[in-house]
Amino acid sequence: MIFEDEPVPGYPLPILPGHTSPGRLERVLRAGKFAVTTEMAPPDSADPEEVYRRARIFDGYVDAINATDGSGANCHMSSLAVCALLTRVGYAPVMQISCRDKNRIAIQGDILGGAAMGVCNILCLTGDGVQAGDHPQALPVFDLDSMTLLATARAMRDEHRFLSGRKLTHAPRVLLGAAENPFAPPLEWRAQRLAKKIAAGAQFIQTQYCYDVAVLKAFLRRIEDLGLLGQIFILVGVGPLRSAKTAEWMRTHVPGLHIPDGIIARLKGAADAAREGRSLCIELIQEIRSVPGVSGVHVMAYRQEDTVPEIIDRSGVLGGRVPWYPGRDPQRNSDRMAS
Amino acid sequence: MYSLRLWSVTHARGLNSFYRGFERALRALHPLFARLGYPRLERPVAALERQVKGLLFDCRMCGQCVLSSTGMSCPMNCPKSLRNGPCGGVRDDGNCEVRPDMKCVWVLAVAGSERIPGGSEALRRVQPPVDRRLTGTSSWLRVARQSVGDGAGERA
Repeated sequence: MIFEDEPVPGYPLPILPGHTSPGRLERVLRAGKFAVTTEMAPPDSADPEEVYRRARIFDGYVDAINATDGSGANCHMSSLAVCALLTRVGYAPVMQISCRDKNRIAIQGDILGGAAMGVCNILCLTGDGVQAGDHPQALPVFDLDSMTLLATARAMRDEHRFLSGRKLTHAPRVLLGAAENPFAPPLEWRAQRLAKKIAAGAQFIQTQYCYDVAVLKAFLRRIEDLGLLGQIFILVGVGPLRSAKTAEWMRTHVPGLHIPDGIIARLKGAADAAREGRSLCIELIQEIRSVPGVSGVHVMAYRQEDTVPEIIDRSGVLGGRVPWYPGRDPQRNSDRMAS
Repeated sequence: MYSLRLWSVTHARGLNSFYRGFERALRALHPLFARLGYPRLERPVAALERQVKGLLFDCRMCGQCVLSSTGMSCPMNCPKSLRNGPCGGVRDDGNCEVRPDMKCVWVLAVAGSERIPGGSEALRRVQPPVDRRLTGTSSWLRVARQSVGDGAGERA
């Protein structure tokens, strides 16, 4: 899908009627296309080229790239800085904001700053506990939680004010997202939690890794029962498993991750486990795509980001669509810049 | 105390109806409290509240109690002090990701609120961010003081 007015880096797109952001992710979602997002591991480095190198891997395959905010409570380049670098050349990042490290004053400042630099999507997260990461001695802040962060960001966007009530002269034009884990207890209450997030301002969610489509379907049924299907764009989290051993490790050590025994058995039985893991991921994407109410997938391939293009390509979910990337339309860009 | 905290959730219904009566009493006492002077009462009442609720709920004295809206499971015991539902890290056995030996306060809250009339609706309400200035102050006195208003935001 090529939009009439796709970006010349640094030049903002117009906001279409009924949209809250000028971003391409919102355009793809509202156009009813199957969206693909992915996640970038921010570098442990001050070299901007490392960010660009990691982003280029996904060129032509994703609609947006999540810039994680100290994911797993590990220290990396900040999500705000990664987003600043990415927007500079026209990429569409999803700026993740975690409540773990910053209070409401710092967070609201980042929302304004991010939007000013062209961030069109913000993912509001509570964040992992500090005990999970490489600085367990750190102070866990958690001044806000994902819910109040959503409400705060929405008030900034729609009511043009800080949490304190003080007015903004220019509101951040952003699409607001949240995370949800349909696979962790209390399972029956997960849909209710999503209902609260929608009430607080969430317009899209990206879920935890899905390895069990039956549980996902049960979650979606509950959402439908609450009359909320269609009120939120649901991007289901997927990712390739490298081996049976990593899968075992992940399900014991990553809280809230649910991997059925059948998946592990299949990896164990395979001659080339990594290849089997990718095939499994592709099958899951195709199965998820056919579930009513799903708007796309969020591919998380931590430390195997280079497998993402192959996975998306083989899954066929883009249907021939080439998401924008810097340099996709050189002729159009130079025409627009000249005009 | 952790075992008493679990007991309180199991007895959420009884505790909630007891609290409703207590809340009425607090409101009735407003004129007396006002005569004695709220600032003078703050320290002794807060100390008493800390003892009682500390024992029953492991109360952290956030000063803006929401126990009635969270099935008598205090959300401030969540290591991320989440007041709007569980995070995504709850373990398969329903225990906390940060403290694996502790039940997730939100797994308990969902169970507790099912025992309270109207509890499930209360659980669905989006709670505002915590006002950190109130930490250590008495929720009870705040309820009494609000006897003129509806006091909807302040419970237990």
